[in-house]
Amino acid sequence: MFNIERWQEIFEAIGKNKLRTALTCISVMSGIFILIILLGIGEGMKNGIKKQFENDAASIVNVWSKSTSIEYKGLNPNRNISLTTDDYEFAKKRYGDHIETKSGFYRKWGGFATYKKESGSYTFIGVMPDMLSLENAKLNSGRFISERDLEKGAKVVCVGIRVAKDLFGDYTIAEGKFIDINKVQFKIIGVYSDAGGEREDANLFIPHNTMTKVYNDPGKIGSMKFTLTPESTFEATTQKANKFLKQYTSYLKKNHNIHPDDLKAVQTHSSLEGARKYIMINVIISLFFWGIGILTLIAGIVGVSNIMLIIVKERTKEIGIRKALGATPKSIVGMILHEAIFITTLSGFIGLFLSLILLEVIGKQIKNEYILNPSVDFNIAVIIVLLLIIAGALAGYIPARHASRIKPIIALRDE
Amino acid sequence: MIEIKNLHKSYQMGSNSLHVLKGIDFKVKEGELVSIMGSSGSGKSTLLNILGILDEGEEGTYHLDGTLIKNLNETIAAQYRNKFLGFIFQSFNLINYKSALDNVSLPLYYQGVNRKERVERSMHYLEKVGLADWSGHLPSELSGGQKQRVAIARALAADPKVLLADEPTGALDTKTSYEVMDLIQQINEEGKTILIVTHEPDIAKMTKRIVDLKDGLIINDTKIEPIKAKANV
Repeated sequence: MFNIERWQEIFEAIGKNKLRTALTCISVMSGIFILIILLGIGEGMKNGIKKQFENDAASIVNVWSKSTSIEYKGLNPNRNISLTTDDYEFAKKRYGDHIETKSGFYRKWGGFATYKKESGSYTFIGVMPDMLSLENAKLNSGRFISERDLEKGAKVVCVGIRVAKDLFGDYTIAEGKFIDINKVQFKIIGVYSDAGGEREDANLFIPHNTMTKVYNDPGKIGSMKFTLTPESTFEATTQKANKFLKQYTSYLKKNHNIHPDDLKAVQTHSSLEGARKYIMINVIISLFFWGIGILTLIAGIVGVSNIMLIIVKERTKEIGIRKALGATPKSIVGMILHEAIFITTLSGFIGLFLSLILLEVIGKQIKNEYILNPSVDFNIAVIIVLLLIIAGALAGYIPARHASRIKPIIALRDE
Repeated sequence: MIEIKNLHKSYQMGSNSLHVLKGIDFKVKEGELVSIMGSSGSGKSTLLNILGILDEGEEGTYHLDGTLIKNLNETIAAQYRNKFLGFIFQSFNLINYKSALDNVSLPLYYQGVNRKERVERSMHYLEKVGLADWSGHLPSELSGGQKQRVAIARALAADPKVLLADEPTGALDTKTSYEVMDLIQQINEEGKTILIVTHEPDIAKMTKRIVDLKDGLIINDTKIEPIKAKANV
């Protein structure tokens, strides 16, 4: 019954009760407003977390060693364990099919680099060719360390863009220049930059073999980084990574005479686990936001229902008159429902509109690590609009049924 | 037009039951102008509610224009009220936020008449009660007599078979009462069947038939020659 007559009836009724209608509108409006803002912030947090994970390839597993904590086979605790290139080769051979990218990682803090009068202290790392993709970095100029560099133990370095800017002012001229790192001369073969930000841009990557040679530590690997070939689902990949780490750790313990229960000597980290935790947190946060938003909305809707009940009470006499003049219960229900749906939908749209504007204007200003580009996508907005119409119907239903049951004789009885 | 046989009605008041109508037999032919008189508690309002399909008796039958009125659901009751009956109340019962014209056209709205025709027909009835110039006014801007005339126009708008008036002059002064009665007499002369509940003898004397109700029974039913209301204005 969406005819023009009904609309005229509604506008007349609303026009006569402007204050009451305005108050009702505010409750629904604020409900929708809060819901949208919360969802927007939730989306912003999701984007923020996503950004955090752009640091490295999201599926990296790390293996490194420390000193033992348990005495084993007559060997004292606190014995230092160093992982070797043999351990690395074993992993390559044994799990080659499942490993996508791999690299040793021999790191020294305080790589003191100088070029003419410019100098700076950076992180000095011996790596293998896959490191570029493991770091999720991209080259700005030149090339990264190659297999040949690795074999020859070449004295070449791929520097972060910040290093290049520090030493040369302009990173584009860095390639081909020679710099001293801890008094050893290296040739710059490339400049990279990392989505992860400033700190990640201040590394000096040299071939792994060169690094162990420079520090007179041949055969050692430092730590190891792998990414595994992805499975069809995130869960399966995570499980594969966990299985790989478990098997490989127990091999390493056997190989280095470490007690099987020693948790300290060989350590691992799977960023997949971390990612899974973040995704879980994200889901929980958005559920929480939805929950709060919807509860707020319900409070608004209950307000509408409440006010409609008062309206029905106030209009008891009028409804009685209408019934005496031939209004059917259906037409009374329709009238009240229509009014409730109209009020909730209209005020809901106003709330939606205001909150979207706020997200659009304020959202762009937010420069925070954890919240990025808060927004609400179109589907969600459509869902909310549908939700509103349903909510309006619910809010109107009880008062409408109440109204339809008004007996004309009682309503018309003179007080 | 109206035919009631052995009508009983009682109200449940806590544990006691109050027997209000104790077997009413009553007939009204087309074109009659009948007044129902009685002191308060005589059952006249209950009788009018039953006649107006706002309430139902427990025992006995009620035929309205040949249709048996019994065990109707709310929707059909509403349709019958709309089709057969026009109501005039003591306190006018106009909808206070609607103009005189919109009040008059309300029964037509519920008949599904379109707006243009509604306005035409409502204007016709407003002219008939002499308020064409007041069509855009709200009830609060009208005097008591004018309000009652709007209510009469509304009762006529759907062209019902019977007009039921519950103390139509109860809230009016004598002069205005007689003006309203004059209008009612005119409408009756055009052939409309009208029932008036009243406790004022001078109003009753302006009808063609007086029915006296006492303790739920008809004690007197006489036809009289009506006094012309116009003569007293």
